Amino acid sequence: MINFQYLRTTSAKSAIALLLKDKNAKFLAGGTNLIDLMKRGVTAPDKLIDINHVPLKQIEQIGNKIHIGALATNTAVADHALIKEKLPLLSWALQAGASAQLRNVATVGGNMMQRTRCGYFYDTEMPCNKRQPGTGCGAMEGFNRMHAIFGTSEKCIAVHPSDMCVALTALDAEVVLANSKGERKMAFKDFHRLVGDTPQLDNNLKADEMIIRVEIPVNHLAKNYHYLKVRDRASYAFALVSVAAAFEINNNKITDIRLAMGGVAHKPWRLTASENFLKGKEATLSNFEQAAELAMTGAKGFGENNFKLKLAPNTIIEALNLAKSKA
Amino acid sequence: MKPSDQKPNQGDSRRDFLKKSSVITAIALTPGIAVKAAENNADERFAELFEKIPLNLTVNNKAYKASVEPRVTLLDYLREELHLTGTKKGCDHGQCGACTVHVDGQRVNSCLSLAVMNEGKKITTIEGLADGDTLHPMQAAFIKHDGFQCGYCTSGQIMSAVACIREGHTSSRAEISEYMSGNICRCGAYPNIVDAIVDVKEGGATV
Repeated sequence: MINFQYLRTTSAKSAIALLLKDKNAKFLAGGTNLIDLMKRGVTAPDKLIDINHVPLKQIEQIGNKIHIGALATNTAVADHALIKEKLPLLSWALQAGASAQLRNVATVGGNMMQRTRCGYFYDTEMPCNKRQPGTGCGAMEGFNRMHAIFGTSEKCIAVHPSDMCVALTALDAEVVLANSKGERKMAFKDFHRLVGDTPQLDNNLKADEMIIRVEIPVNHLAKNYHYLKVRDRASYAFALVSVAAAFEINNNKITDIRLAMGGVAHKPWRLTASENFLKGKEATLSNFEQAAELAMTGAKGFGENNFKLKLAPNTIIEALNLAKSKA
Repeated sequence: MKPSDQKPNQGDSRRDFLKKSSVITAIALTPGIAVKAAENNADERFAELFEKIPLNLTVNNKAYKASVEPRVTLLDYLREELHLTGTKKGCDHGQCGACTVHVDGQRVNSCLSLAVMNEGKKITTIEGLADGDTLHPMQAAFIKHDGFQCGYCTSGQIMSAVACIREGHTSSRAEISEYMSGNICRCGAYPNIVDAIVDVKEGGATV
């Protein structure tokens, strides 16, 4: 690992001030992705600002929203009584990710900032427009079994690897970002970006900003929900396809529904058309199948990942079935 | 490290940066030696190459005071500096769990943690589990149930297994497997590892 300067700070304000001083500085939270990327030479910051002592670990309900600090660990969030009771979908998604050891360290903010696990991005001998814009995309015609089927561009077909972010997208979360002048709020679904012409950018966080917390509205979706993650082994693997599904049924009709997919795009992929289709309808297999078909509009395979064109709708249907059977 | 491994400086030199940022650096919990070096006008290259950060931590109930380069992982510090080689380096990328240790009671991959991130923390390694010559119940159970073949992953497996019981994730064999999934065993001793964990849990010994 190329050496770097290490600073430690105890407030968000001083962390942001330190960040402003060096455009090649990075925040260090759990480090489970960043340190790995630094070992592999994918990234080499001049300076790491250790923010682990900044008090942003809160998990609490304020009004009708649950606030989760950017430095709350994946384990702390997944195991928290408030989350298990009111946002079980989030708890499940978190437990589907990584391993117990990694979840004990990985944070909410770090999870949002983690980079793609595309092998071409990680291998510095390979071309990669995300790591080094202009060098081309090795995955496009290469080993692309894990790659995207939605929202791709000719520049990059990487996927965002998070499970947590899929659940937060489904749950209409917001993210609070701060710079030296103040805070702003953004819909969580707008935090991550599609590739477009800027494959090097994963999200819309500005260079002078810090993630402070996420806020999730309390909902009525804690009964019929499921996070279904399909992967190459039973545990401790990234998703081929994952689906976060939650709905509310009144008088046999679906009155509210949230659907989002992971492992299929450069950002968590919210299935708005499918949600709209199912709203007001009965929770039947036939309706689930039609909703899954709608979700696949515009999907495109790149060879090795063509199986996702079938796996994705099947996973949607199965997630909805499992959510329904939870009643 | 060879000087050629250094990244070229872009924009401000490190010394300039240190001068400008000394006020802010001073409020950091442990200002590095580099700051003092800069203040004393010490040779900049010296500061760049040998900049070390003070580190206080407790390992297996023994307090250590050290200074380490920020890029040294907790795993390398334990093995190379403290010579606690029971903790193994498997993949060095957080994918195998061989380096699992407890930090303030929680299991973590020591390969993905910088030593300096652990200032003030209490670390327990495999060497800290046994009580003198008396094996920890989990160590004894791994021997009893043949929870290993080559043994390379075993330290990490045992550290993880102890945490698994403490966390309460042992209600079924399936739950144990799920919560032990961060520890890979290439010999495939998984069923015996689960047997060992079930045995210790059912034995009711304090872990």
